[in-house]
Amino acid sequence: MDWIASLQGLIGGVLIGLSATWLMATLGRIAGISGIIGTLVTARPTGDSAWRLAFVLGLVSGPVVLLLAGGGLGNVAGAPGEVIGEPAGGVPLMLLAGLLVGLGTGLGSGCTSGHGVCGLSRLSVRSMVATATFLVAAIVTVFVVRHVIGGGA
Amino acid sequence: MKTETLKTIMGYVAGLIFGLGLAISGMTDPARVLGFLDVAGAWDPTLMFVLGGAVITNFIGYRLVLRRPNPVFGEHFQLPTRQDIDGRLIGGAALFGIGWGLSGYCPGPAFASIAGLSGPLLAMLVAMVAGWFLARAIPARG
Repeated sequence: MDWIASLQGLIGGVLIGLSATWLMATLGRIAGISGIIGTLVTARPTGDSAWRLAFVLGLVSGPVVLLLAGGGLGNVAGAPGEVIGEPAGGVPLMLLAGLLVGLGTGLGSGCTSGHGVCGLSRLSVRSMVATATFLVAAIVTVFVVRHVIGGGA
Repeated sequence: MKTETLKTIMGYVAGLIFGLGLAISGMTDPARVLGFLDVAGAWDPTLMFVLGGAVITNFIGYRLVLRRPNPVFGEHFQLPTRQDIDGRLIGGAALFGIGWGLSGYCPGPAFASIAGLSGPLLAMLVAMVAGWFLARAIPARG
């Protein structure tokens, strides 16, 4: 097992948790990315958009800070010095995946951050059910893609 | 400084810490995410540490913060109140899981990876936004 990768995962996870706590402490909001950005782009709520846009800019600038620092703090698998990994497929696959992720998080009211990080922290039953569901669906999907269709590649 | 400006700055700081967390943890690498989801392959435990670290930290954080009557720059805490488990929640989560398993991107890492923009990532982001519009167009049944 790659202990350095796991340790970086833990440190990054603690930062994500601190971010969620910070957003609740300052603005009283759940740090759910699909909710923050989805509401921003689809509804543009008057008087409730500036912090959302600022959050997205901050989100994008996080990896940029690491890139400017030389990339040594990144944790891309098998690529020391890299911060952002390559997409796992081409444009057609990503169009399908993106549509499913957008539609699914929109209908299900949350993603890995809103239901996963924030909902589990609140011991919300809805979020526990949602998190278990998307984890199982994702694991089954990867199994089918890699081991059924892909023949174990 | 005006409260609105301070709110915007707080939002930026939250996003920045979140983005740093995603990058340091390696969640901006779809291969790490897919490696975690591939339980029958060369399993990569990184995401487990990320989610565990985030939930434990935020569990403690929320318990401390929610003792206050209200957030520092807001009138009240806006917490979800729904308790019902319906088809929209489970169906939506299942569709999201399939898309996540196909790409290794959930919304946070996809947007956080914009600095490394490529054709496939752009396609992912555009389709995701289209999916959000589509979800809004599907009315919730009573």
